[in-house]
Amino acid sequence: MPVKATVLIRPKEGILDPQGQAVEEALPALGFEGVSHVHVGRLVELEVEDASQLEAMCEKLLANPLIEDYEIVTGS
Amino acid sequence: MATRFGIPQFPGSCDEVDTLLAANRVGDAELLWHKDKDLKGVDVVIVPGGFSYGDYLRVGAIPPFSPVMQAVAEHAKAGGLVLGICNGFQVLTEAGLLPGALLPNVNLAFTCRQVDLTVENTETPFTHECTPGETLSIPAKHTTGRYFAPPEILDDIESNGQVLLRYAEGHNFNGSLNDIAGVCNAARNVFGLMPHPEHAVDPLTGSDDGLKLFHSLASAAPMALGSGDMT
Repeated sequence: MPVKATVLIRPKEGILDPQGQAVEEALPALGFEGVSHVHVGRLVELEVEDASQLEAMCEKLLANPLIEDYEIVTGS
Repeated sequence: MATRFGIPQFPGSCDEVDTLLAANRVGDAELLWHKDKDLKGVDVVIVPGGFSYGDYLRVGAIPPFSPVMQAVAEHAKAGGLVLGICNGFQVLTEAGLLPGALLPNVNLAFTCRQVDLTVENTETPFTHECTPGETLSIPAKHTTGRYFAPPEILDDIESNGQVLLRYAEGHNFNGSLNDIAGVCNAARNVFGLMPHPEHAVDPLTGSDDGLKLFHSLASAAPMALGSGDMT
């Protein structure tokens, strides 16, 4: 039975994230006040037969551990 | 005997022909295909610019698992010379053949401009035809060229003399740490840079400073380990 998984990939803390900054500056321009700490990452959805392989998939391909953190969420 | 250059072509590559023409000025160059399992005995591999495999997932993330890049990794391990330009640099970092990573430009924009580069280290197969401190004028054109390495790796590459090219003052438009434009591995046989020396090989297009890197490679190749021409 395949397991549904979601992998959340974020820029590592402390690394300059100009994409997040651009969004953070755009929101007040639309009238949304009080927005801070915006970061933009990626989301990968997948179904796997063997959920124990997810971490290796993240380390080897889905994320670049040098610049990104990842979080694996399993379950439907 | 002329130095033989091989240029792997991926779906989405776009600078392979200029690289081929530039390498042909100093040696014999041919294209390799991403599905090739061997390098046809070439001495030097140049991974070209472009958007290999559409830059899907993350720039340079997928090419390291192609058959040709597996062969390039073996060539590099044996001491063979490998140069990565722009997307090729991104691919070599993702393949673990070069330290660090490339992040989106600070200005979040594709930027195409001529940049001045300072040659930091000339005692390598890639830069020995340059003089220390020399300025090279070479075009850069990319969206994801901000060089990043965590502090411990940055310290290592700086103290090891692995930073071969730096953006001159006022030319670091992408926000690279320490103005790094090009970095080599500890063994000094793999080198990557974001600017495009293959687009600066004829005075007709503004500068032929890029040729110095190609001449360096052509004359260094016979001495490099793993060279197909070694006798």
